[in-house]
Amino acid sequence: MARITSAVFSSHIPAVGAAIDLGTTGNDYWSPVFQGFEYSKKWQADNVPDVIILVYNDHASAFDLRVVPTFGIGCSEEFESADEGWGPRPIPPVQGHPDLAWHIAQSVILDSFDMTICNDFKVDHGLTVPLSLMFEQSEAWPCRVIPFMVNVIQYPPPTGRRCFELGKALRKAVELFDEDLNVHIWGTGGMSHQLQYKRAGLINREWDLNFMNTLINDPEELTKITHPEYIREAGSEGIELVMWLIARAALGSQVDEKHRFYHVPASNTALGHLILEKAGS
Amino acid sequence: MALEKPYQDIPGTIVFDADMSRKGYHLNQFFMSLMKAENRKRFLADEKAYVDEWPLTDLQKKGVLEQDYNLCIEQGGNIYFLAKLFYTHEQPFERAVSTMTGMTPQEYRAMMLSGGRPIEGNRSTSENKGNQ
Repeated sequence: MARITSAVFSSHIPAVGAAIDLGTTGNDYWSPVFQGFEYSKKWQADNVPDVIILVYNDHASAFDLRVVPTFGIGCSEEFESADEGWGPRPIPPVQGHPDLAWHIAQSVILDSFDMTICNDFKVDHGLTVPLSLMFEQSEAWPCRVIPFMVNVIQYPPPTGRRCFELGKALRKAVELFDEDLNVHIWGTGGMSHQLQYKRAGLINREWDLNFMNTLINDPEELTKITHPEYIREAGSEGIELVMWLIARAALGSQVDEKHRFYHVPASNTALGHLILEKAGS
Repeated sequence: MALEKPYQDIPGTIVFDADMSRKGYHLNQFFMSLMKAENRKRFLADEKAYVDEWPLTDLQKKGVLEQDYNLCIEQGGNIYFLAKLFYTHEQPFERAVSTMTGMTPQEYRAMMLSGGRPIEGNRSTSENKGNQ
């Protein structure tokens, strides 16, 4: 039986990817950010899963306004890195896991979560920056990755409650898969940030730190946060934190905290990062 | 009955909701066209001619041609689509964002390094002005 054993949460700021690709991670600006991932790289190297289900959002790279799926799952064998306007990141393609992805799609749809099945698309910084933060750059990623997309650009994104319930359905789906697979779930994006208009640059440290605490200890409480509250307190782009609720619910209620990191600023954003393991795993 | 917009009192913020998305559909699809290198080249060679190929309003064209990013947002642009214009002009994201705040890029970066724009005084237009 497949099982979800760990969850990783991380911002997916494009400038972080650029710092890795350009080799500027050691400068005064970036080194505090990358020091926060030193433990994470070691943990990840000791805990390479068979598959990562990676919850992220596309940033008008694979999808534009012609079609806006609320939840999408990547079911192909392989996903290349998207050209977001400055050339594709110099990273290996992501290998998918079609058997598990199709299984999840069928299982959660029959559980009343209407996923959009996506086959032919490229993955952008939302997915690839967290991979680069957790794994050393190499010829190939050391495990398979299922892209799991959430619309957080066109208002309204799915509610926090809906995301949390979907996470639970995901866990159930994975446990119904016959093959013996160690699966990790990643929730990406956030934390507080606003990239647009006159309030751009907003950061709310206190709110972010409380969100992280509550995510670990009482995640269901976070489903009470309304969309206006996310925007007001965490910025117009901070609303993407609903994606963390999918990953948190998928891990199950009892968890052990392995690592926590928070840093301001990374470009325009408050960077948050957590590693949680299923208790007793 | 129309849905309420309980986010309209948030200062300095335009939520990309249904109304904005409808208003900005062609503008955002125009930004999307700049994902292709050949289109970026054609746009930079003659910005006005390229923009005129799209069914944009005069204000949308003005926002694009004058790189007035707040005007682009007001006219239905979404930040992740608008970012294609930043990249076309080879403008770093943080620098482009700073132009929307009325600050110089240096002032904006200094604000971010000191912890970002504070939430106090920025939650609602009805919030106590004394906090600002």
